[in-house]
Amino acid sequence: MTTTFINAQLFDPSQRLRGNGSVVVEGGKILDVLLDKNADSGKIVDLKGQYLMPGFVDLHVHLREPGQEHKETIGTGTRAAAAGGFTTICCMPNTNPVNDSSFVTQYIMEKVHQQGVVRVHPIGAISKNLEGQTMAAIHGLIESGCVALSDDGRCVMNAYLMRKTMEYLKSYDIPVIEHCEDENLVGRGCMNEGLVSSQIGLRGIPHAAEDVIVSRDISLSAHTEGRLHLAHLSSKNAVESIAHAKARGLKVSGEVTPHHLLLTDESLRGYDTSFKMAPPLRTEADRRALVKALQAGVIDCIATDHAPHVEEDKDVEFEAAANGVVGLETAFSVCHKLVEQKELTLERLVESLTFSPAKIFKFSDRGQIKKGLLADFAVADLNRPGRVSSSSFFSKSRNTPFEGWEVKVQITSTIVGGEEVFNIEKGITL
Amino acid sequence: MSLVRRSLIDTPDLSRDEIIFLFDETRKLKGSTENRPLTHKSVALIFFEASTRTRTSFEMAAFRLGLRVLNLEATASSAQKGETIFDTARNIEALSPDAMVIRHSGSGIPAQISKLVKIPVINAGDGFHAHPTQALLDGFTIREKFGKIEGLKVLILGDIAHSRVARSNIHLLRMFGAKVTVCGPPTLIPPLATELGVEVKYNLDEVLHQMDVVMVLRMQMERQNSFQIPSLKEYTNRYGITAERLAKIKSDAVIMHPGPVNRGVEMMSVALRDPRCQVMDQVRNGVWLRTVLLREILGVNQ
Repeated sequence: MTTTFINAQLFDPSQRLRGNGSVVVEGGKILDVLLDKNADSGKIVDLKGQYLMPGFVDLHVHLREPGQEHKETIGTGTRAAAAGGFTTICCMPNTNPVNDSSFVTQYIMEKVHQQGVVRVHPIGAISKNLEGQTMAAIHGLIESGCVALSDDGRCVMNAYLMRKTMEYLKSYDIPVIEHCEDENLVGRGCMNEGLVSSQIGLRGIPHAAEDVIVSRDISLSAHTEGRLHLAHLSSKNAVESIAHAKARGLKVSGEVTPHHLLLTDESLRGYDTSFKMAPPLRTEADRRALVKALQAGVIDCIATDHAPHVEEDKDVEFEAAANGVVGLETAFSVCHKLVEQKELTLERLVESLTFSPAKIFKFSDRGQIKKGLLADFAVADLNRPGRVSSSSFFSKSRNTPFEGWEVKVQITSTIVGGEEVFNIEKGITL
Repeated sequence: MSLVRRSLIDTPDLSRDEIIFLFDETRKLKGSTENRPLTHKSVALIFFEASTRTRTSFEMAAFRLGLRVLNLEATASSAQKGETIFDTARNIEALSPDAMVIRHSGSGIPAQISKLVKIPVINAGDGFHAHPTQALLDGFTIREKFGKIEGLKVLILGDIAHSRVARSNIHLLRMFGAKVTVCGPPTLIPPLATELGVEVKYNLDEVLHQMDVVMVLRMQMERQNSFQIPSLKEYTNRYGITAERLAKIKSDAVIMHPGPVNRGVEMMSVALRDPRCQVMDQVRNGVWLRTVLLREILGVNQ
């Protein structure tokens, strides 16, 4: 069956593609891209001048299944993804049981097949049960579909284990993803260490906790020639290390979350646990450095670190509250603030949600609007004001730091393999 | 200016004039055998962290006002009980006391509870954040001794990083124009302390002789086992108020401590016996100051 999306504002910055046109889709793939003219084959979908972008790719989400289905399931998490324009998401292994063997990966893939609304690729554990002691069953993980390895949520504290994992993964050409927080330096800290922590009396986590692991892993990547991807960067100094590593030609990439791009530790003054996550929100100087690095390509992509938690995990003392925020449904709308504030170009924002993350995981069949690639798209209305309201989330959890934010742009439709799976008027349409 | 039905979470909640008013009222009340004007009212003292001094001080203050006291000592964390700390607060509010006095080991808890409940919340110490009634009684004690706070050189000595007393005092004393120096090992000085408006010194013997007020903080025993100081003995050598250091302190200075004192660690017994030591006056003043605070917040004529 052929579908043609007409009157689209085609927007794919990776190819400098921008302009009115149409896209013809057949068999789940892009058959043709027509700039400045409209085709009329098959079913016609009139986008009425809205932006048609490659479907967003998120390298870092927590779907909580198996084990914590009260927080999120593959069904609800992929619906949240669809609502945010994400057509590909990669789920972290800190489930229960941990995704450290092919059995768990296969279970996840089965659930994705049954309930998934968008494409899901699991990330396997580096170490058994995330304990940082012995390697997980890596071959089985990758054979079953894992696209990267990570102990995310925990930092790999044993440098030797990290070294050997990087070396081992060279035979598969997949990256290892580090959660860069030295556990000893984190200690009992629960927010950024700085003036705000000194004033409000919470134990701080120094940015050095991130910096030392970033530097260590860059050294190991240089030594092993292994591929390293650095998760949820938060520190100015870490960004400088990455810039240096890239200048040396190392196989290092990095991601940053919407919350680290938009918020600082000033938000913690009210002890609101909606702003508690690991790594913590840092200072305005860090935030600016992150945005600048994203614009410059030193940080490759935006990843949400979508981390659902139920109210019971958050409505407790700050120090006892769970780390993490949800992010899939708000990422594009809130990050567009950076475009409005002229800190980031729209081109770079979209590239960092599409082509750039796809390239890191070598998803060569997506991330661009190009003949022969998967027909995965995000459609946005760039003049559709709205307000972030967690009560309307598709996610099971409501722990957003952006509650009540006024946004100017919204995702209006999400298309996976040529089929619309989300529509802002109709909801999930699969 | 009225404090009626207002919460007190930290010293910045009060204006300079309001603090002067509290000081003046405390001075007037001190030593009086005033009748008990609030026998129809009640206050809940909720201590989620062990405390003898502050709780009994509030109890005595309530006693002087004829208040009914609801004492709740909850040492177990709310998570262990199955209900959250916020549920506990809502439950106590439902019992209808006229005010809540809260102590908790977690910074921010009284502030968060004050947003949830409709009755006034008085912070009796939260985590490393604030201890406003201690700062008020310290400020009162200093003002009583010197007739003013402005221009005095005040040293806060010890574990500044983990001290709510230091944080609240720094704010109050600076508001009144004191020059505040903090001194302790670098591991126990909070990050960016100078941005809090204080001078930071690591060598006590360089500054001790210049000070009008030496406010000594309690050293927690656990600090020596968490890479913060090599040992309590070493701490005493470098920062303890010993007989030798007593001799360096100005003759008209005062020595203070929020208590309880670790004798032989941050203060030697000889320092506690010294006539410049105000520790017992601090305790005495604390009761009067809290009496005035409760009276003003609950409102005699309400």
